[in-house]
Amino acid sequence: MDLVEKHPTGIDGLDHIAQGGLPTGRTTLFSGTAGSAKTIIAGQYLIEGIQQFQERGVFVTFEESPDDIRKNLASFGWDVAGHEADGNLAFVDASPSFGLETIVAGSYDLGALVARIEHAVKSIGARRVAIDSIGPIFSQLPDAHVVRSELLRVSQVLKRLGVTTVMTAERTEDYGEIARYGVEEFVSDNVIILRNVLEDEKRRRTIEILKFRGTSHGKGEYPFTILPNRGIEVIPLSAIELTQSSSDNRVPSGIQELDAMCGGGFFRDSVILVSGATGAGKTLMVTEFLKGGVENGERCLLFAFEESRGQLFRNATGWGVDLESMERADMLRVDVCYPEIMSLEDHLVRMKEVLEDYKPQRVAIDSLSALERVSTLKGYREFVLGLAATIKQREIAGLCTSTTPSLTGGSSVTEAHISTITDTIIVMRYVEMFGEIRRGLAVLKMRGSYHEKVIREFTIDGSGMHIGKTFRNVVGILAGQPQNVSTDELERIHQMFEAS
Amino acid sequence: MVDSNGAEPKKVVLKLYVTGRTPRSDRAIETLQDICKGELEGLFELSVVDVLENPQLAEDEKILATPTVVKELPPPIRRIIGDLSDSEKVLLGLDLHHHKKAPQ
Repeated sequence: MDLVEKHPTGIDGLDHIAQGGLPTGRTTLFSGTAGSAKTIIAGQYLIEGIQQFQERGVFVTFEESPDDIRKNLASFGWDVAGHEADGNLAFVDASPSFGLETIVAGSYDLGALVARIEHAVKSIGARRVAIDSIGPIFSQLPDAHVVRSELLRVSQVLKRLGVTTVMTAERTEDYGEIARYGVEEFVSDNVIILRNVLEDEKRRRTIEILKFRGTSHGKGEYPFTILPNRGIEVIPLSAIELTQSSSDNRVPSGIQELDAMCGGGFFRDSVILVSGATGAGKTLMVTEFLKGGVENGERCLLFAFEESRGQLFRNATGWGVDLESMERADMLRVDVCYPEIMSLEDHLVRMKEVLEDYKPQRVAIDSLSALERVSTLKGYREFVLGLAATIKQREIAGLCTSTTPSLTGGSSVTEAHISTITDTIIVMRYVEMFGEIRRGLAVLKMRGSYHEKVIREFTIDGSGMHIGKTFRNVVGILAGQPQNVSTDELERIHQMFEAS
Repeated sequence: MVDSNGAEPKKVVLKLYVTGRTPRSDRAIETLQDICKGELEGLFELSVVDVLENPQLAEDEKILATPTVVKELPPPIRRIIGDLSDSEKVLLGLDLHHHKKAPQ
C-alpha cells in the first residue's frame, strides 16, 4: 500500500494531533490572522528540524527581512545566525525592498524565485522549507493570477526536490475563508488553521488541522501557547490517551476514618475531587492528605492558587501539621502561584514541568476552581481535562479541591467538567441543625471500591480533622437544604423498606 | 538633467535577469537591445544574467520575477519587470523620455 508518510515537526503536541507529523514531501499551509504565530511556527519548524533531526532548512521570507527574523527568533533562544554559519539554515530573502521603484512592462513569471529556492535547497541539502508568508508577494506584484500559478509551480518544485514544506498565509478573520487571495485551493493539499480569538476579553490561541489529503489527523481546535524559551507548545487535550495501567494499591488519605469510609484508603493512581463551600475544610483535607503522604514515605507536591506560602504554613500549624519541616526534608514541595499571572494553557504547561521535575507520588491542587476566573468556560474545561489526564498518566494520587458557589451546597463548574474523569468524589457541606452550623462529609463516589454511603459529621480542632457519627435525622444535606426529621419518621421509612 | 547643462550624458548600466532561453527571455533581450541602440546611441552597458546559471546573483539582488531589468546607473536604481512589450513603460522606467523629448 502506498501510504502518505508523516514527517515529525518536533513541535511539542503538534505531532501528536497531526498523528505523526506533516505529510512528507508535501506542502502544508498554515493560515492565520495577524498575530497568530505564523512566523514562529515557520521558524520553529526549521529550528526543531536542525536541533532534533539534523535536517537542514531553508527559510523563504516574503514579509520580514532575514535580520528581523533572526532577532525575533533569538527571543526563543534559537540561534538562527549560528545555524546559518554552520550551513544548517539558509534564507531566501523575498521581502519587499523599500524605496525601490518597480515598473511592470509586459508578462513575467517567478522564475528567479523558483531558481533561488531550488538553489538554496540544493546547496545546503535541505530537507525542510518554510515559506513565510505568501501574502506580501500579492501586493508586490500586480497580477494575482500569475502569482497564484507561480506559487503552485513553487510547491511542485519543492515536491520534486522531496522537501517537506510549511507555508504560511494570512486570513482576515479567525472564522472565515481559509486564506486571502484564494491560495489554498491550489497550493496546498494540507491546511492547518491558527487562531487567536478574543473571547470574554481574553486571548485564546488554537490550532486546527483542517485537512490532510490522504492521511489521518486529530480533529477540532486544540489550544496552544507560546513559551519564552521553547516556542509553540500545542496542548493535545482531547487526544490524551487513557492508556495508564491500574493498580489495586491503596494509599492513606491522612485521615483514618476517611480511609475506612473509602474501603481502605484512596487508590494510588486515582484523581480525587473534594467539593465544598468556602471554609468547609477543603484546605484542611489537603493538608491531611499531604501529611498522610509524607508519613507513608511519599513525596508530595502542592499547587496552591489561593493562599500564600506563609498562610498555608500557619494554618497547617494550627491543625498540628508542620509543612515547613516536611519541605525541608524534601518530602514536600509547595508551589504557590497566583492564578491571574498567566493563561491557563501556560499554567498547565508549567504544572506539567513541575510534576516532571519533582516527580511526586501524590499531588494536591488547592483550589482548582480558583483557576476558573482566568479563562473562558471552554478554556477552563480543556484545562481541567488536560490536568486530570496528566495526573492519571503519571499514575499518582491527585487531590483537587473545588469551591461551590453557594454555602450550603450546589455544584460548581469544576465539578460539572471533572466529575466524570475523577475516581473519587468527596463532598463537604455545612449543615444547619437547630440554629447551629455543623459540618458534614460524604464519599459520593469511589470507582472500583466499596465506600460508605452515609453523611458523617466532622469537627476541626488543633490536631486536624475528626470524622464522627452520621447525621441520622437530617435530610437534604447534599441538595443544600438540610431539614431535621424526627426519629419517628425515620423509623417509619425503615419499616417501609423492610415490609417490601 | 544632463542635456540641459550641455554635459555629456552619463553611461546607462543595465542588467537583465532571465530564466533560461525561453521565448519570453528572447523577446525581452531583443526589445531591450533595440531600445538601447535607438535611444542611447552607444552610451549603455547591457549584461544578461541567466538565473538558472547564476542563482546566487539573483539572491544577492533579491530578484523575484523574470525577466527583470535593473537600471543600476545612473541613480535612482529602478526595476522593470516583464517581457518589455509595453515600450512606453520601459522608456519611462529607464528615464529615457528626457533623451527623446528634450524641450530645447
